[in-house]
Amino acid sequence: MLGILFVPLVWIKLTPYLVLTTAGLAFGMFLFMVASGMTIIFGLMDILNLAHGALFAIGAYLGGYQILNLLNTLGWVENGTAGQSMVSLLLAISMGAVGGALVGFILERLILRRVYGDHLKQIMITIGVLYVITELIKILWKPTAEPVLVPLSLQGSYDVFDVIIGKFRLMAIIVGVAMFAGIQLVLNRTKLGLIIRAGVENREMVQVAGYNIGRIFTVVFMAGAALAGIGGTMWCIFQQQVTPEIGLDNLIFALIVVIIGGMGSVTGSFLGAIIVGLSFNYAAFLWPKLALGINILIMATILLIRPRGLMGKE
Amino acid sequence: MTNAKAPPRPILNLQNVHIHIGQHHILQGITFDVEAGRPTVLLGRNGAGKSSTLRTIVGLHPVTSGVIQFSGATIQGLKPFEITRLGIGFTPEDQGVFYNLTVEENFRLSLFEETKQTQMNLETIFELFPDLKKFWRTKAGLLSGGQKQMLGIARAFVNDHKVLLIDEPSKGLAPILVEHLGVSLNKIKDKTTVVLVEQNFYLASQVGADYFILDNGQVVHKGQMKDLVDDQALKKKYLGIG
Repeated sequence: MLGILFVPLVWIKLTPYLVLTTAGLAFGMFLFMVASGMTIIFGLMDILNLAHGALFAIGAYLGGYQILNLLNTLGWVENGTAGQSMVSLLLAISMGAVGGALVGFILERLILRRVYGDHLKQIMITIGVLYVITELIKILWKPTAEPVLVPLSLQGSYDVFDVIIGKFRLMAIIVGVAMFAGIQLVLNRTKLGLIIRAGVENREMVQVAGYNIGRIFTVVFMAGAALAGIGGTMWCIFQQQVTPEIGLDNLIFALIVVIIGGMGSVTGSFLGAIIVGLSFNYAAFLWPKLALGINILIMATILLIRPRGLMGKE
Repeated sequence: MTNAKAPPRPILNLQNVHIHIGQHHILQGITFDVEAGRPTVLLGRNGAGKSSTLRTIVGLHPVTSGVIQFSGATIQGLKPFEITRLGIGFTPEDQGVFYNLTVEENFRLSLFEETKQTQMNLETIFELFPDLKKFWRTKAGLLSGGQKQMLGIARAFVNDHKVLLIDEPSKGLAPILVEHLGVSLNKIKDKTTVVLVEQNFYLASQVGADYFILDNGQVVHKGQMKDLVDDQALKKKYLGIG
């Protein structure tokens, strides 16, 4: 199975292949940051939350744009020490997560709670919310693209035997892997994780076992929204710009990753994100105009073989 | 002053309970009492409303009208988790076991407070169902049908509930397993008040002290199990056996 990863070597020389592979892994981790929250929310709550893109955008504006600009006035971002760069990134990520979680809380309590169990209404309402938040962002910030600062010590790249690895890409891989490990830790080693795993299987019995499923839904939705916020923060720093449509633009990739991985599976999303990230980079190098099409083709092929995705359960 | 004893106060009491599921009027004025310490069996044909009654007690079906009291407190309208935490355990017809969790995780999930009593309950469970100890770290989905049923019952029992509602535990089990289940339920009923829904009359008669026969969402007959065992006409009329 892993051998498939080496197929592009037929067309690409080793050095650019390794560069593309690290870039693809980083892109995959960005995608995982968006998709993980979406799949957790679907898995437990059976909610198709297309407003997830809006939570991603909130994270980008609050964490990546607002906080880094604020910290830059203190001289921590573009001229700061390595420590100040790391603290700036940490604060930006934290703010993105808090912003996503708070908007997620309002969204779940005021709107989504009324459409539990009705996928059609969920899709229509969450698409509506996505557009409303996108327009609100234009009013609250600016309707045009805005530059996002990159902390000084995360600018540039490392040269490892002629393989160029961007510093921020490396950071994205670290953050993505840490997020995956953290989610696995919570799901497999805590009581909350146990309740979530049980809730994915049988929500009714979780209630009968003595747990307030409504409160757990809210907590999980906020956690999923926070993950989207972190993804948005990281993505806009990587892109060095933010636009109100940032959530809309990334939603299609998040959906591809979630579907490939199997709706509700975090591990599936992690694998799906790596597949999409790598294949997108290889395809963009070889046939730039076919990159997105190849991802959709991969998704269709996986679904033909495994209709519920890589890790989806019956 | 009189020497007459006050009638025993029911631990569970349903008064004229009605429920609707969609357009259907499922329970049509169910009324019965369960006395503390007296195992009670709900009998009746398929569709009589037995399972719906248990699900209504634990809050999974909203009550249209009527009153449900547990230890004197009104519980209809409470959420299922609140009712469970008051002391009513429930094992549904499909066991309600989480197949993707291990046996241990199924217990950890059910155990919302660890006390000396729950630890003792766990030891009792291992005595009653030694297989559960043997497969402690096995995913519940890999257990046999009988073992899953044992896990479903044992999991509800671990929390020291005052009342344990068990829905058709013998469903789909081989006769030898039903026999074993009967032994286990007889031990459990000494420690908590069991309300059992059961189609297998032999098992029901082994466990129950009191019975209520349901038909069309109403209680149509009640009494002591020992009397029903010998009443062939009544069994034939309401249960189709005799």
